[in-house]
Amino acid sequence: MAMTQVEPATALADLHASQPEGVTIVLLSGEMDKAMAAFIIATGAAAMGMRVTMFFTFWGLNVIRKPGAASVAKDLLRKAFGWLNTGGAAHLPLSRFNFGGMGTTMMKKVMRDNRMPGVPELIETAQDLGVTMIACTTTLGLLGISKDTLIDGIDQLAGVSTYLAEAKDGSVNLFI
Amino acid sequence: MIESDITLDTLGYFCPMPIILTSKKIKELATGQVLEVLSDDEGIKKDMPAWCQTTGHEWIGFEEEDSDPKRVYKAYVKKAG
Repeated sequence: MAMTQVEPATALADLHASQPEGVTIVLLSGEMDKAMAAFIIATGAAAMGMRVTMFFTFWGLNVIRKPGAASVAKDLLRKAFGWLNTGGAAHLPLSRFNFGGMGTTMMKKVMRDNRMPGVPELIETAQDLGVTMIACTTTLGLLGISKDTLIDGIDQLAGVSTYLAEAKDGSVNLFI
Repeated sequence: MIESDITLDTLGYFCPMPIILTSKKIKELATGQVLEVLSDDEGIKKDMPAWCQTTGHEWIGFEEEDSDPKRVYKAYVKKAG
């Protein structure tokens, strides 16, 4: 079978020439409804041929944590905090009517019955469509979350400059 | 009636799935071929023309069909080169 060799420089030049519009989304929230909104916009934009970058910070990091991952913090305060602050895309609460998880369970049932993708499926779709995902290093440290407890496919660990460099070239910039 | 080469069934799916499935399916078409997308999500009436405008594929039009239990929207897109 003949292989087509792509010259990296040419591919990069093509990308610059085509200049797809950029979308950046900051996800600060860790609730299911807000994460859904973020990922629906991200996947929609990617499907429209836009270049999408998502930044996860604070509670938004819980969305991209492996379920049941323990805190790696050594000091007692952050360790205790790690017990309280659990993560995992399949275990996010609703921002309203959570009722200790009952509201969320009901919402998930309605979604399943209506063939609506949940957050884990939306994350998978986003990765499939080439959405870039970046985790904020400062809040990872603050919340005692180690990078190996994040889900696979997190492209970068970075800070505010990386976000701003992307955002200034983008035409859509959201903070959720 | 609009002629199409390939049909994509997204019945029962809500936004953003019809658009995402369309963006994947269109890759299977050759330039100039027409994709028919079936959806019962009313949002597609606005979303598909908007998707075409952004991606550069040609928007052909809609057909609507009353069927039980929901109205079915058929969107037609011609693949651009």
